This record gives sequence, structure tokens and C-alpha cells, in this order.
Amino acid sequence: MKTKAMAAIAAEETVLGTETGIAPGKTKRRRAHRVSALASYIQATPLAVILGLFLLLPILTIGMVSFWDYDSVRIYPDFVTFNYTETLGSWVTWKTYLNTLKFTAIVWFLTMVIGFWVAYFLAFHIRSATMQMILFLVCTVPFLTSNIIRMISWVPFLGRNGLINSSLIELGIVPKPLEFLLFSEFAVVLAMVHLYTLFMVTPIFNTLMRIDRSLIEAARDAGASGFQVLTNVIIPLAKPGIAIGSIFVVTLVMGDFITARFMSGGQSASVGLMMANQISLLQYPAAAANAVILLIVVLLIVAAILRVVDIRKEL
Amino acid sequence: MGKAAEIDIVSVSKIYGATIAVDTISLKIPAGTYCCLLGPSGCGKTSTLRMIAGHETISSGDIRLGSKVVTDFPPAKRGTAMMFQSYALFPHLDLIENVGFSLKMKGVDKEERRAKAFAMLKLMQMDAYATRRPAQLSGGQQQRVALARALITDPEALLLDEPLSALDPFLKIRMRAELKKLQTSLGITFVHVTHSQEEAMALADLIVVMNDGKIEQAAHPRVVFERPATAFVARFMGDHNIISGRVTGSSLGRVMFEVPGGLSFSAPGSPEVGAPIDIGIRTDRVRIGEAPAPGLGFSGIVGNIEYRGSSVKLSVTGAGIDDFTVIVSDQAFFEKPVAVGGAIPLAWDIDDAVILGRLDS
Repeated sequence: MKTKAMAAIAAEETVLGTETGIAPGKTKRRRAHRVSALASYIQATPLAVILGLFLLLPILTIGMVSFWDYDSVRIYPDFVTFNYTETLGSWVTWKTYLNTLKFTAIVWFLTMVIGFWVAYFLAFHIRSATMQMILFLVCTVPFLTSNIIRMISWVPFLGRNGLINSSLIELGIVPKPLEFLLFSEFAVVLAMVHLYTLFMVTPIFNTLMRIDRSLIEAARDAGASGFQVLTNVIIPLAKPGIAIGSIFVVTLVMGDFITARFMSGGQSASVGLMMANQISLLQYPAAAANAVILLIVVLLIVAAILRVVDIRKEL
Repeated sequence: MGKAAEIDIVSVSKIYGATIAVDTISLKIPAGTYCCLLGPSGCGKTSTLRMIAGHETISSGDIRLGSKVVTDFPPAKRGTAMMFQSYALFPHLDLIENVGFSLKMKGVDKEERRAKAFAMLKLMQMDAYATRRPAQLSGGQQQRVALARALITDPEALLLDEPLSALDPFLKIRMRAELKKLQTSLGITFVHVTHSQEEAMALADLIVVMNDGKIEQAAHPRVVFERPATAFVARFMGDHNIISGRVTGSSLGRVMFEVPGGLSFSAPGSPEVGAPIDIGIRTDRVRIGEAPAPGLGFSGIVGNIEYRGSSVKLSVTGAGIDDFTVIVSDQAFFEKPVAVGGAIPLAWDIDDAVILGRLDS
């Protein structure tokens, strides 16, 4: 039916076209068309310039530098591939990538579970819109301070003589301080989950708020239990939000270096940290090659997420 | 299919905080009836429907469906199925999965579920679209799918919340006919919420006119139209003129009353002297001419004339009566045409003046 209607429209347009073909209005219309096309290019220019200058250009520069030569003092414009062969050929690189991917998987899973429940609570259990807004803003309050400060604030809490350990010892639950709390992979994951959960909450909350409440009633009318409503209606409809949140969290964790360095006390490695080390040794081309590889890996993960979930309707 | 249930609503109320949405209503809907809950928005008709469906808790009172009291039952256990105003089709599922949703919830295995859902789609003539998503359908098609989804649970009563309001006028009339046909062939009880009196008249065996959380009248459409119980019903059903006044006397089964403007009218009945009174007169029962007896007509000034093809609609203003509508046949009008601003006598028969009751008396 649709195609028929379209065919009809198309036929009408051709009729119109032949009519205007004779009429002198044709050139005028074409000019108007050209002006409007130009106008849309002009409208797109500012964004194109900004993206070109601040996104495309730096990436191209990194790509270019990754093929340059270097010694301990300076870098030389060149076209060499040993930055890549060295990076990819080293066992350390692979281990670091695996470690980073491990962090990413754990943090992604935890932020998704926590983020979904926070968003679910906000969207479905808080009845008044004002209260929803207030609680959502409360979620964002930690973002009023910088990442570093939020990370540092874990130290007196988790440390050897920190709040948790001293409380546990005083209560007689543990005989000596728990060492794994700070400067460990546990601490890295904890800090990352703390830092990034909101990036999950926001898009999921957004999709949940858009779910038509009558769908849930319709599911109940069809005999769905609370859990069935969740698995058959709410989660499938929240998928785009979960995907967007996952992209945020994955890219942030993959590129993170400060949390890994700080919270692990230098005992754990991440790709970002590896690059930071290379930069501090002035090995810019090696760091650039590493960055390109990381970029490709992250883009592959994002592509995989987008393959699984169609987020177009969210954008 | 074919088993229909009587719905018995016994002094049911719905109270939201301080507002009373539904005020102790009682209603018996016989099995296999097409019942329309009719009223302006906010009159409590949707709350009533949702209480029957189980999507709204009942503040007080009971609802019985067939032989079981369903007041505290969850929606799916009541034997009712609801069709939502916006159809509420699951956007992430294709039509087969949408229709088979309740079977899936019951744990029916995939093959059987899909076969049943497909059969139901076929019944609704939607089998050609089985693998489409709801967003790819037109409003009328979505409605058919929503019907299929509701009917697959084999309900004893189908509850429809303004099912036609999302459709364009042309489709509205077509789907209306389809609904009526479906109800006749299934033989189950339909409860249909609407604010359109035309829709209710066209479909219902039983019209329940609601206002302010109360039932003003529950009767067959013809009774509701010809003998409106209250002034509200007469106004809401339309095509009625209402004259309000105070009783001055009665004799021989006729009551005389006076309107504030000084005109006096009569109607069959015998309320007590001094009581307020409303009468309703159908617009098409008024004719141009001298009254056959005192109190059965008045003279007024024509305020507006609308030609409507087979009839002509006149708006007449008299002393203490404003906007009195008269519909006369085009033939009668053009025999003796009048112009806007002209004075004409209007008359009606004694049996056409219907005394309207008041709810609180």
C-alpha cells in the first residue's frame, strides 16, 4: 500500500516536472533549490570546522606521528613501521591490553547492573516528577568535584589505617588490616565504578522514562509477572540506553590511566598508563602508535555494541 | 469463545487523595451486552473501566464478573482483557509476538503460541503483516492487532478504553462497524469508554452516561435519547432544548411552570408547586406555528439560520430562553421562510416535553 502511494506521488512529481519543463519557472525553481542547498552547507559549517579542528586534525596528527622515528632527545619526521611492530610484538603490550580489557569487562558489568537498578528505581518507583529530578541531580552531585579529588577521597576510607579497616578491627571482625582494600585491583575497579556509573544511569534513565506506561499495564493485563514485565518489556526497550551507557563506560575505562595508576599504587597497568609512561620518556611516536591501536580496539568494541543494539531511535 | 460474563458493579468508589473520581456507583451489565460508558473527560468513566480491568484498585465496593467477585484479583485472573487507548502494542515485538504475548507469559511453547497467534491475526485479517512491527502499521491496523492481542486470552469481557479516538473520522466509522460486528459474532460482553455520544448511540445496547463520578442514566440508547433522565443527559446527548423554571401549579396530570423571563410552559407530570423544574424538548420535535394549547410554545427572535441540506437549523431567542434550537425539514422551512432577526412562533406537542430529573433529589 505504501509503495503504491509512493509510486503515485512519484508519478505526480514527474507530471509536475514535465509541466515545469515548459514553464519559465523552471530555472527559478532550480536556483531556489541551489540556494537552499548552499544554506544547509553553511549551517553545517561551524560544527564541521570545530570537529575538523579539534577531533579530526589531532587524530590525523597522531596517526602521522605514529610513523615517525625518535631517539631519546627528539622525534624525526619519517615513515617507519617499527613503532607498530615493536608495540604489537611485545608481550608487555598484550598483557597490558588484556588487563585493560579485564578492567573494562568488570567495570562495564558492574556499572550496567548498578546503573540499571538506579535508573529503574528513579523511573518507576519515584512517582513525582519533582522528586525524580531532585534524586537525579543528587546522582550528579559528585560530578561537581574533579575526578582526582573523588579518587583521593577513597584513600582515607580504604587505607591501611583507614575508616573501614579501623572499624573492622575495633569490631573484632578482622585481626589485622585488610591489605586488598587500597592500592589493588579491587580499589581500581571500585573507583572506576564510582566514577562511571552515572554514565550508565543517565542514558538508561532516559530510555526508561520514554517507555509508555500503558505497555507495562498491557503486559500485566496479558498475565505477566513483575519479573516477566522486566525481562520481556522493560529490558528490551531499555537496550538502546544500555548500549549508549556501555559505549561511554567502555571508552572511558579503556582510555583511563590516572585511576589505574593512582588506585593500584602503580601495581597495575593499563594501556593509558603505558602511553603516559612512553610520553614521559619522550617516546612520542611509540605512544602515538599505541594510541592508534587503542583507538582501533575501542572502535571495534563500539561497532560490536552497535551491531547488537540499534541505538538510532535514541539519537 | 462465546462465554460471556455479566458484570456487576456494587457501590464502587475510587478516591484519589481528596478527589472522588468515582462516587459509589452501582451498575449491572448483562452478559453479552455492548455497553458504552459515556461522559465528558474527568467524569470517572475511564477509572470505572480500569477498576473493572484491575489496573486501578477499588477504594470501596465490589465488582463481580460472572459468578466470581474479582475485586482483589490481578488483571489477568479476572477473565477480562483490555484494549488500551493508544493500543499499547509492544514496539520491540513483531505482530505474532505481540498477539502471542499472553501465551508466552503462560509458558505455552513457541510453536503452539505462534500458531495460535497467527490464527488470531488471520481472524482479524492481519495475517499478511505477521512479521511486521507495530510502528509499520496504520492506526486501523494497529487497532486490529490490539484486538487480536486482547482476544487471544479468550476473555469473558473485553474492555475498550476510547478505542476509536486515535483514528481519523473516516476510519472511525469503519472500525466502529467492525467492533459491533465482532461483538455480535463473539457474543462476549464489551465495555467501551467514549466521550462521543454518536459513537455510543451507534454501538451500544446499554449506554451509561456518567458525570462527576456518578451515573446519570443507564439505559438503552433509545431510552437515553427519548427520555433523558436528567438535564445533563439531555445536554450531553445533544439535540435537546432545555427549559428551566419553577412550578406554579398542576392540574389533570399537567404541570405549569414559569421561567425567569416570565413565559410559562406546561408538561406532563405533577411535581409539587414551587419546586425547580427542567424540561427537555427534542430539537426536531419543535415546529414553526402557533401553540396547540397554552404552555406548549413561545415566540422568539431568530438569531441564526443554518442550512443543512435535508433540514434547516434555527437558533431562536425568547424571553428568558436563550439559544433554543429548532430543526425543521427543508420543505417546511422554505414554504414559509424566515430571516435572521424575524419573530416566529414555535410549538410542540405535550408529549414531547419531557420532565428531567435531578440527581440529588
